Amino acid sequence: MTETILVRAATLVDGTSTDILVRDGHIAELGRAIFASADRLIDGAGLIALPGLVDLHTHLREPGFEQSETVLSGSRAAAIGGFTAVHAMANTSPVADTAGVVEQVMSLGDRHGYVTVRPIGAVTRGLEGQQLSEIGAMANSRARVRVFSDDGKCVSDPLLMRRALEYVKTFGGVIAQHAQEPRLTEGAQMNEGTLSGELGLAGWPAVAEEAIIARDVLLAQHVGARLHVCHLSTAGSVEVVRWAKARGIDVTAEVTPHHLLLTEQLVASYDSRYKVNPPLRRDEDVRAVREGLADGTIDIVATDHAPHPVEAKDCEWEAAAFGMVGLESALSVVQASVVDTGLLDWADVARVLSRTPAAIGQLEGYERGIAVGAPASFTLYDPSVSRIFETTQLRGKGLNSPYLSTSLPGRVVTTVHHGYATVLDGELVEAEAVAAAARAFDQAGARNG
Amino acid sequence: MKHLLSTRDLSREEAITILDVAEDMAEVADREVRKLPALRGRTVVNLFFEDSTRTRISFEAAAKRLSADVINFSAKGSSVSKGESLKDTAQTLAAIGADAVVIRHGSSGAPRVLADSGWIDAPVINAGDGTHEHPTQALLDAFTMRRRLHGAGSRGRDLDGVTVTIVGDILHSRVARSNAWLLTALGASVTFVAPATLLPIGIENWPVTVLYDLDRALAQRPDVVMMLRIQGERMHAAYFPSAREYSRLWGLDDARLAMLAADTMVMHPGPMNRGLEISAGAADSPRSTVLEQVANGVSIRMAVLYLTLSGEGGKQ
Repeated sequence: MTETILVRAATLVDGTSTDILVRDGHIAELGRAIFASADRLIDGAGLIALPGLVDLHTHLREPGFEQSETVLSGSRAAAIGGFTAVHAMANTSPVADTAGVVEQVMSLGDRHGYVTVRPIGAVTRGLEGQQLSEIGAMANSRARVRVFSDDGKCVSDPLLMRRALEYVKTFGGVIAQHAQEPRLTEGAQMNEGTLSGELGLAGWPAVAEEAIIARDVLLAQHVGARLHVCHLSTAGSVEVVRWAKARGIDVTAEVTPHHLLLTEQLVASYDSRYKVNPPLRRDEDVRAVREGLADGTIDIVATDHAPHPVEAKDCEWEAAAFGMVGLESALSVVQASVVDTGLLDWADVARVLSRTPAAIGQLEGYERGIAVGAPASFTLYDPSVSRIFETTQLRGKGLNSPYLSTSLPGRVVTTVHHGYATVLDGELVEAEAVAAAARAFDQAGARNG
Repeated sequence: MKHLLSTRDLSREEAITILDVAEDMAEVADREVRKLPALRGRTVVNLFFEDSTRTRISFEAAAKRLSADVINFSAKGSSVSKGESLKDTAQTLAAIGADAVVIRHGSSGAPRVLADSGWIDAPVINAGDGTHEHPTQALLDAFTMRRRLHGAGSRGRDLDGVTVTIVGDILHSRVARSNAWLLTALGASVTFVAPATLLPIGIENWPVTVLYDLDRALAQRPDVVMMLRIQGERMHAAYFPSAREYSRLWGLDDARLAMLAADTMVMHPGPMNRGLEISAGAADSPRSTVLEQVANGVSIRMAVLYLTLSGEGGKQ
């Protein structure tokens, strides 16, 4: 038996107020004053109902780096952030470059049940940039991998990138490129500019990102393939993607929440929580990526959630690991950077954090958002509150958030995934209950299917 | 002064205070007993993650002349490799009871991280961090200039109107950075001379003039020419084609030395590559302040240890 949930008087992204009746994992009914019995009644007054958020760029670290994150801890971080699906990057150990690893990651996600875990397959074997990984085997596996990425590393060899773009066409997939020219970024520590010169930190120049994106969009055009650009971070990159889209090239792009909100000025403290790859950029870059997101040049927001153990950050800048956790804070940071500034409305948020990332990842069930008959994956969000963000609000293993002790707007109150609650009253539903609900959902699906 | 992490945050007044205290310290060197009891019973740790015998013995001499106890901690191999982490080292020093930490580290910002971390509560003195800053070097350079210009009447003076040309690998030089901030705060005009490959991106936003041509820079008759050490291996990373070409275009050779006024100061932070960035003739000429810089380094470091450890010198 699956749970019946009735949400009273939530606000949809178009501004209308509605009740939401969830039954058998689906949205059974929408409308005012729905008359139905329910196992669980939720007061939605003052809350925005967003379709379940979908992250196209998450590092779950399992297998291999379980001290940083596991599929379970990362899934919990995702759920508390309003996510119902994450795409798990391939840089695990072993690397997700075989059908076995991607099936394992997916089934761990299914078993824990907080979110749908969609594995991303490596483009090259061992992320080594030498030869293609078993892309076909991963695409045809039970995990049905459609997104391939060497994230963390760039597929810098132009011929290999060309072949990868062509080969994934065969399986209807997409290459998600981490755009970083390796020779131009050897030893790079922060954005290259006046500040890096003053701080004596080796620079990561914008051109190292822009040159790869320019090359890749031309390659994608030449071979007629689809390209996705990971965590675009510079004003120049926005211009290149805008130019490519104007030419009809099949490219999509993502920006992270931190590149929408934070600038390189934070690095002047040498506080390694601000060390991330690609690095935090200038004010004008932040403005450009916000505008690019608003005008559709940038298609989606993706977190690049990158948990690390404490010791990987508790050290001098150059020794510290790159990366920030982002799942728990993503929606609040998007609100602060582009909603409260008037660039995006909540319908846009639903598009850039749910519908479009699901479309790029070919994840079904998110096409219509919150609609009768659609799978019941949504989040109830209170945009009116503001909170001091602290480690107590993190649910993954990583504490490396750049927002600690700062004020962020909004709070996820409830998350519903596959028709059962994963977050209630702003707190995670316990793991056993979620896993049991996930099993019930699977069995019902097996019966119905 | 709680810490000395950079010259960037030193005001003109604070800098002059340090230089004036260093004048007092220099007088100690002329006494029969070259020792003050100021820091008796205090423990200064020289924490060196990078080899630098010159800087370490200068700090050691400074601490000993102030009667402090000195511990030399050579933490070779930074935490990037298998060595002990900065955090563990700092906590160890705190447990030992270090009253001040003089840190040399290959990673830019490490002294700042140490000062902000809470791992240790002692004053932190930056003895050179990566390619960031080397504040006591800049202070001793300014002290040396002031003494050459004003002699016994140096106290209270700044460097207003003094022209300083710094030549060489600006990109990788912590000495150039610290001098740029300190000398301009004291009123001097600073010119950097280097090939474009050895200048940081964004240099146009620094309070300095930039020239590529050394001969043009020297034709402007600067009061001070400071030559920076060039590392020969830079040519492997394509910063310049060969040591010979570098030396020909940016080295202070005898012909260029002859162009300088008789009272132009020729400075070098050491160690020198004679024959590469500076000729033996230039290094040994009466214009050269190289040995004065070494002697003055002890006075400056005495002043900095005294000001940070005695709690005098006012604000943090």
